[in-house]
Amino acid sequence: MSKAKIDIKYVAKLARVQLSELEEKKLSVQMNDILGYFEKLNSIDVKDIQPMAHAQKVQNVWREGDIAGSVLPKELLEEMAPESRDGQVVVPKVVE
Amino acid sequence: MSDLFYSDIAFLKRGLKQKDFSSVELMKSLINRTNLVESKVKAFIDRDDEDALRQAAESDNRRSKNMTLGPLDGIPVGIKDILAVKGQPLRCASKMLDSYISPYDAKCIEQLKNAGAIIWGRLNMDEFAMGSSTEHSAYGTTSNPWKLDCIPGGSSGGSAAAVASGEVIVSLGTDTGGSIRQPAAFCGVVGMKPTYGLVSRYGLVAFASSLDQIGPFARNVKDAAILLESIVGYDPKDSTSLKVPTENYLSILEESVKCQKKYTLGVPVEFFSKGLDIEIKEKVYKAIEWYQSQGYIIKEISLPHSDLCVPVYYIIATAEASSNLARFDGVRYTHRSKDIESIDDLFFRSRGEGFGEEVKRRIILGTYVLSSGYYDAYYLRAQKIRSLIRKDFDKAFQEVDAIITPTTPTPAFIEGEKSQDPLSMYLNDIYTISVNLAGLPALSLPVGLTQNKLPVGMQIIGKVFGESDILTIAHDFEINHDYKDLRPNL
Amino acid sequence: MSNKYEAVIGLEIHVQLKTKTKMFSSAPYEYGAEANSLTDPVVLALPGTLPVLNYEAIELCAKLGLMLGCEIADICKWDRKNYFYPDSPKNYQLTQNEEPLCIGGSVEIEMPGPSRNIEGKHRFVSLNRIHLEEDPGKLSHTAFDSLIDFNRAGVPLAEIVTEPNLYSSDEAVAFLNSLKNLILYSGVSNCDMEKGQMRCDANISLRAKRTSELGTRSEIKNLNSISNVKAAIEYEIKRQTQILNSNHLVAQETRRWDANKMQSFSLRSKEEAHDYRYFPDPDLMPVVIDRARIKELKKALPESPLDRQRRYQKDLDLPYTITSVLCANVNLSNFFEKALAQYDSPKAIANYIVNDLLRELASNSKTGDSSLSIEATKMKAGFISELVEVVELGIISKQIAKEVFSEMFQSGKNPKLIIEEKGLSQSNDDTMIKALCLEAIANNPKAITQYKDGNLKAINALKGPIMKATKGKANPLVLDTMLQDLIESLD
Ligand SMILES: [Mg+2]
Ligand SMILES: [Zn+2]
Repeated sequence: MSKAKIDIKYVAKLARVQLSELEEKKLSVQMNDILGYFEKLNSIDVKDIQPMAHAQKVQNVWREGDIAGSVLPKELLEEMAPESRDGQVVVPKVVE
Repeated sequence: MSDLFYSDIAFLKRGLKQKDFSSVELMKSLINRTNLVESKVKAFIDRDDEDALRQAAESDNRRSKNMTLGPLDGIPVGIKDILAVKGQPLRCASKMLDSYISPYDAKCIEQLKNAGAIIWGRLNMDEFAMGSSTEHSAYGTTSNPWKLDCIPGGSSGGSAAAVASGEVIVSLGTDTGGSIRQPAAFCGVVGMKPTYGLVSRYGLVAFASSLDQIGPFARNVKDAAILLESIVGYDPKDSTSLKVPTENYLSILEESVKCQKKYTLGVPVEFFSKGLDIEIKEKVYKAIEWYQSQGYIIKEISLPHSDLCVPVYYIIATAEASSNLARFDGVRYTHRSKDIESIDDLFFRSRGEGFGEEVKRRIILGTYVLSSGYYDAYYLRAQKIRSLIRKDFDKAFQEVDAIITPTTPTPAFIEGEKSQDPLSMYLNDIYTISVNLAGLPALSLPVGLTQNKLPVGMQIIGKVFGESDILTIAHDFEINHDYKDLRPNL
Repeated sequence: MSNKYEAVIGLEIHVQLKTKTKMFSSAPYEYGAEANSLTDPVVLALPGTLPVLNYEAIELCAKLGLMLGCEIADICKWDRKNYFYPDSPKNYQLTQNEEPLCIGGSVEIEMPGPSRNIEGKHRFVSLNRIHLEEDPGKLSHTAFDSLIDFNRAGVPLAEIVTEPNLYSSDEAVAFLNSLKNLILYSGVSNCDMEKGQMRCDANISLRAKRTSELGTRSEIKNLNSISNVKAAIEYEIKRQTQILNSNHLVAQETRRWDANKMQSFSLRSKEEAHDYRYFPDPDLMPVVIDRARIKELKKALPESPLDRQRRYQKDLDLPYTITSVLCANVNLSNFFEKALAQYDSPKAIANYIVNDLLRELASNSKTGDSSLSIEATKMKAGFISELVEVVELGIISKQIAKEVFSEMFQSGKNPKLIIEEKGLSQSNDDTMIKALCLEAIANNPKAITQYKDGNLKAINALKGPIMKATKGKANPLVLDTMLQDLIESLD
């Protein structure tokens, strides 16, 4: 099995995490270690095995009725937000 | 009254009832104790003593009117900094949430408040519960009360250390891959992870949603049972919460003493092989021998996929985490970087600054295993092998009532020893994570000390909803040994 | 567009479902509420919160799927679509990637005919799927920053995905009109595009005519009116044609439509495309669809607009010019149904609705179109049934009926009351009419002679003064008979 290579820059971009150059270097080494260890998993033939997404098999869980609950006072969001104006959260201009 | 802080709940209940002491006096005793030892243990990130004393006074007031609420009325419970308490900081030991105050109570906190408990403190942990040593906290490292240069385990290191050092009577932690059981083992206390779905996760800041569970820390099995009982139950706010009849664990324990059921215990060969510390192996074997001597049936079993648990766990847990932690983005309530120029700048820098090293490492890993082209090779494959791991347990539980293993491969290690080698840190969870993957209940029980005076923990794994079985098995051992009375020298 | 190429268009339409609360939290939703006044800890993705499904969203989406002829899945699951965007509180969207609720289906469309009065060709446009997902919040932009209102975050959306099965902007418009009408008939959404209740993305590619392979497509986002869809598609066809004609390759990219500039702009190329890292949501459990409930929903499904139109033409013998207007508006055709149930005279009732009612609605709405909804007026369907009935019974003339209609619309009084209050009923008082007839005969000897010579129309000269004298209330039929009898009795 060839060792998996991880493109740290690309993944950090997807994850929106800024990394210093040093962090990037360190992570590259550590990730390759970890991913190398993960290759253990290739010893198993998983073709006909059902994936397990939940620990307990439960289905059909929903709210009783389409009934309105309480709302959060908008002042609370204003208090929490790093920047707000006119009851809205402010972010740098989004171009899209 | 100097010993109140090391008392058990039964004693405190009796004392409060008989007015030997008040809840305020109990609280003061804990505050005094904490003031005395906290500079060594550093279990708390934050504590509001006045608020705790106010809650204690309210409890005393209720008691004077004969209007106590529940079994924990007037008893302080320490809270891991990952559970939401209305009006209190909720930092998850992260800079990311340095100024966040929760506007609501977690379900378990609501339940504790309804039972009259005093909610006290924000106990230290690895940032966002990612770690096995509590070294990954943005607010300093907690020490192991038994040996201050050792780590207390993690991620719920503060919750374990506070109970061990008499700073709190009992506490709540969370367990995603061993984060209750491993620090319980390292600190010489009882720690329990319930069956997935037994305790509501509402208000628990998610690390890995399909693995996280809240559970108790206590200095003895009965106290753990009492605390567990007060936080179980179906919650419509958590879709993974299960509708099961609640059990009175304490009375089950009291009954069990009278009519001793002799369970069949499984001992998995895979858990006693290479890498296991010789002293731990010895202590756990001694415990197994004791059970055998008491008429329990001991069976050697096999959990053949055990060696795949660590990679399966780290793929699933980090994948879920990478998505769960995306909400900490600098927009609505978290740390926001200064002088940002664009929205991407805001995301990248706020998250780059707000998250610590281990969290970033896991987010990167989790993002990678889900990314285009790798999903099938990692995530999907891990989910499939997860089925196999669960099947191993299902098969074993056709023959046995519970499974006995060491909780950890080694005793508590020295601070800094593994923090630069993530893989060796991950391998420390080798005996605990399969339980989370399978969704089973398990507890860690102190079974003695090493020659270096470090606690050794034994893990008892139960069937789905086998909480009362594993509590009973642990209790039987506990009352016939005096390990629960061992105290660190602080 | 040069004739070398054929456009192939696929649409993705997001429709807000009409639930009272959000899809995964009990926070209420209402369009136009004060910014951030309709959130809760779940909507804002505060630490520790968890989603819980609103079953009503499943029900409404299943109903929509049945209306569009989709297969309803046996089980549906929830996936996380991971991407960072400030209007998305969790930075992932709960959606159905792997197991959508509705599969396949189609929408019958009518292409524009050669003229407004002639029915166009019909065909079916195939759908790929309909899945449920949550709406993000709403961003608004100032010159230097952006503001976020999270009220809309978490509103259930049905995303309707067509096959690449449309071939012109006109077809896309016909499809959207037809789809919108179907959804309005189903009652699961209000589809008000101005309020963002219906939004459209368009995928457009060109290929050489008479080839079957699809060309490279671009995706145009953010189309919030049908006219924008039309303009954006036409712009894109032109743009791609120019690229192909100059022997360049069309880039696969996402583009944004700017309705002010009437141009689209590149947002990101395929290389920068999102890597959404879909995976099954661990917080939500799968939903097993209750087949019995689906049968019930199917049974109770409303008639589709085009089925209704066909029925009106075939069974009620109404002309296309009337049915095309009537069925294009669910409120109008439901109003017609109600009136018809009370008095069985489809043509007369339909005429009143399509002519008189629409005229009144238009002249009474601020914008001058007939968009003022019937529900918002005092008009009741039963009024029209009654009005037609009294006209057909000869109680009032058609002319008087016009006056009564206006009065009904303005005052909300029923026609019989108006007729009584204003004394409008036709007079059938024989002795009075006889006297007036005799007077008219005496005053018009010339006309009598002409009538007797066989010019039957000459009798009309007598009617005018009688009508004038009775203020139009003389029943014309009674009058005719009486005049004929009297003239003949003169012999
Ligand atoms: Mg889409
Ligand atoms: Zn969508």
